[in-house]
Formats: sequence, C-alpha cells, structure tokens
Amino acid sequence: MRRPVETLGVNLALWAVGLLTLFPLFWMVSASFMAPGEASTFPPPMLPRAATWANYRLLFAEHGIVRQVANSLLISLLATALSLLFNLTAGYAFAKLRFRGRDRVFRLLLGALVVPAQVTMMPLFLMLKEMGLVNSYAGALVPWLASVFGIYLVRQYALTIPDELLEAARMDGAGEWTTFTRVVLPLLKPILVTLAVLTFLGSWNDFMWPLIVLTEREVQTLPVALAVLSREHVQDVELMMAGAVITVLPVLLLFLLLQRYYMQGLLVGSVKG
Amino acid sequence: MRGSAIAWLFVAPALVAIAVFFVVPVAAALLLSVTDFDLYGLAGWHNVRFIGLDNYLHLLQRPLFWRALANTLFFVLVGVPASIGASLGAALLLHSPLARLKGIFRTALFAPVVTTLAAVAVVWRFLLHTRYGLVNHGLATLGLSPVDWLGDPRWAMPAIVLLSVWKNFGYNMIILLAGLSAIPADLYEAARLDGAGRWALLRHVTLPALGPILLMVSILTMSAHFQLFAEPYVMTLGGPAERTVTVLYLMYEDGFKWWSLGPASAVAFVLFLFMFAFTLLQARVARHTGAA
Repeated sequence: MRRPVETLGVNLALWAVGLLTLFPLFWMVSASFMAPGEASTFPPPMLPRAATWANYRLLFAEHGIVRQVANSLLISLLATALSLLFNLTAGYAFAKLRFRGRDRVFRLLLGALVVPAQVTMMPLFLMLKEMGLVNSYAGALVPWLASVFGIYLVRQYALTIPDELLEAARMDGAGEWTTFTRVVLPLLKPILVTLAVLTFLGSWNDFMWPLIVLTEREVQTLPVALAVLSREHVQDVELMMAGAVITVLPVLLLFLLLQRYYMQGLLVGSVKG
Repeated sequence: MRGSAIAWLFVAPALVAIAVFFVVPVAAALLLSVTDFDLYGLAGWHNVRFIGLDNYLHLLQRPLFWRALANTLFFVLVGVPASIGASLGAALLLHSPLARLKGIFRTALFAPVVTTLAAVAVVWRFLLHTRYGLVNHGLATLGLSPVDWLGDPRWAMPAIVLLSVWKNFGYNMIILLAGLSAIPADLYEAARLDGAGRWALLRHVTLPALGPILLMVSILTMSAHFQLFAEPYVMTLGGPAERTVTVLYLMYEDGFKWWSLGPASAVAFVLFLFMFAFTLLQARVARHTGAA
C-alpha cells in the first residue's frame, strides 16, 4: 500500500459509519427477542439475557397480526400488478409510438409532478366515501394505478429499443399489440422488474394514505397497525420491536434480493430534473 | 391515422387513471378550499357553503399554522443540508480508491432507505428514550449529559432531523456516487499537476463537477422534507408544546381528525405554494452561482 495511514483512516471511517447505520436495525432485532420489560432496565442491554419468541407469539396469537400481514401483502402485490399494467403500455407508447399531441401530453404529465399528492387526499377521500370504498383494498390501491414516475421510468428505458426491431415485427404483419407483447415486453423485462420492486416497496412502506383510508383494524396495513398499536402500548418496547421486525424484514429481504434493479430505478428516476 | 388511434389506446388507461384520481382531485381540492366543508358537510352537501378565501384568511390568523410553518421550515433548512452533507461524506468515503468492501458498505449504508418509516420511527422513539435509550447511553459514555430528546421542546425537532438523516442519506449517496464516478480522471490529473492539494481538489474539481447533480438532489430532498408527517405522528403526536406539528400534520388533524376538509384543503394548497416557491428560489440561486 502506498499510503497506509490514509488507507486505515478511510476504512476505519467506513466501518464506523457502517456500524452506526446498522445499529438501530440490529437493536430492533435484538430487543424483539427480549423478555417484557427487559429493554427498560439500566444500563440498557444490547442483547437479550435469554432470547425468547414470546413477543412474536403474542403478536400473532393475541393481536392477530397475521391479518395485517395479509393485508399488506395483498395490497402491495395488487398495487404492483396494477402499476405494471398501466405504466408499461403508456411508457412504451410515449417512447415509441407516434400520435398527435404525444410530446405535449408527456410534458404536461411531468409538470404534474410539482403538485404534492397530499393535495388530492381530501377530495379523494370524499370520492371514495361516495363510492363506498373507504376501508376497502380498492381505496388503498387507487393512488397506485398509474404514476407519472412509472411512465417516465418505462419511457426512458423504452427509448433505447431500436426502431428497426419494431419495424421488422410490423413487416412480418404483427399488429401493434402483438409487437408489444412479443417483441417489446421481453426487452422491457429489466425495467419491468425495477418498476415492480419500486412499487412493491413503495406501497408496503406507504403510511399517510393508508392511515386515512383504512381506519378499521381488519383492513389496515402493517405500518398503520403498528403506529396505532405503538400509541396504545407505549411501554411494551419489546412487543413493538417484534412488530417493527415483521414490518421491515420483508422489504429489506426483497431489496437485498433485487438490489441491482432497485438501484437502476433510483438512478433513472433521479435524472428527471 | 389508424396507428395514432391504436397508440392512444396504449396510453388511455394510464391517462384516464391519472385524470380521475389525480387531476380531478387537485381541481376539487381547490374548490373544496373555498368552502366551509366540515363534519356537517360530511352529512350532506346541502350543509356546504362557498366562503371565498375565508379558509386562507383564517389560516393566516391561526397561531398554530405559523408554529407549524416554522417547524416545517426548521426541518427543511436544517434537515436538507444535514442530509445532503451526510450523503456527500458517505459517497466520498465509498468512492475513495483506498476503501475496501465497497459493495457491502454501499448496501449497508443504503439499508435504512428501504425500511418502513413508521416502523423505524417506533424503533427510534425507544432509542431516543431519556433514561433507557441507547442514544443517551452513547452520549454518557462520551461524558455528555443526557438529552430529553422527545420531551424537550428545543430537542424534539432536532431528534426528528437525526432520524430523518439516518433514514435518508443512503438515497442521495447512491446518486452522488454515480456523479463522482462520472467525473473524468484527467480533470484531477490536470489539477494535481498544478499542485492542488486534497482540499483544493474537492473544492475546485469535485464540487463544481457535482454542481448540477447537487442542485437536483437538493430540490428533490427539499420537496420531500416539506412533506414531513409520519415521524411526528408516530413519535411525538406533534408535541411537546406543538414543536413538531408540521404543515402536513396540521392538514391531517384538520381534515381527518376534525373532518374540516375545506380548511384542510387550504392548508394543502399553502404547502404546495411554499414548495413551489422554494423550488423556484433554489433553481434561481443555482443559476446565479453557476451551479446549473
């Protein structure tokens, strides 16, 4: 090594930042295995004296959290499917198909990004109430149907498809829809996975809208149920940590599994300025 | 012309969904914000009256609105630089040719970004506990006295900044890392030949080259910071002494706790206005300083 002191410094700093960053997550897992009341002793323990599944058992047996796990899973999966359905065709069309007003409509869509989604929440709630969709999965799914970001993501990727491929398919007599499903979709696979991962994580982690539209326990998602539960059980640190682990673990694992796709979406998505 | 019609069919589902569930609600929110829609309105539309700009005028006379605005601006003005500073520091460390295990550290530092905000807010509420929290325990081992993070009006918002920096710095870190890798090596070579030291390289080569990315990152980060809600909802309920009531928290309480959906819509538009103004301001400042 040419510069041993500097090498040591850089790597020590990285280790320090890395450990500090992971510490809250480590403690969350550790405390979830502690006996009730153990985390609130002095000095605060890092590891459980005798690891126990009691908190998890309590969450599933008494608080029936399996219901909220199912809600979260179903809503996130449906949101992902819907988002793919709506955004893939639109993103591809904005990139590769010619129609009047295409670029103007696309610019208008990008312009809509400046309006924060919270502005829509009051009318959207009233609308769903009229339709009887408050406290239903459909109500939670409405904001995930189509998104400007999703369309943009797919469009940027679809722009790289060579026109010759599409022309060749049309020459062979394939209609637009066949061209899309047979030629384009396979080429869009990477961005399809990216959009799916981003949507799943986004809807799983979403908080404000589900909090508003899902007020009944039976339909609530994990983050909302956890927030409500943590307001009622301020003292039950260990129980809350088990709930946090159940909420965080699925998305963390999914991210680790599909990290490459997630990062790709992040980099494409951030160049929208 | 047939091709054009088919193309419209490809975009129609998405455009209809965005129109029905975004464009129409935005317009409806504007209308709602000039009515006195409240709990009675919820019972029937005949109880709703047009009241012009009264919601906006009342808002300006509410001390809690100004409190919420001040809290939100504190979070934006302290949180955004802190967050981007942390991202830049981490990106520079990861970019260093001397760093080992880069892939692992990149993943580790990014991990908080994908976690569920409501869940980690619950975790941090306990980490920040005055007596049993490990943050104060850490301070004590450094010889510092404990802080009543979530109970002291002066510390509650800084505590939320702390959580938010931890949760979000990985996101911008990845973007800045991509920016760092795109800086051509010969820029550094040329500066080194001119005798530039490490700080000079950072100040005169790295930061100017990152300029446009930093501008974009700061605009996106700022607009996200204006939308602070879940942290106070889970950790402080807006307290202590209303020091963590944010504009969005106010909108939620007005709209969905007291069912004053008219006034809540006015709050939403005021927030939108502030976000818009700050974005323009930032873009303009950047243009004048030559960052973009």
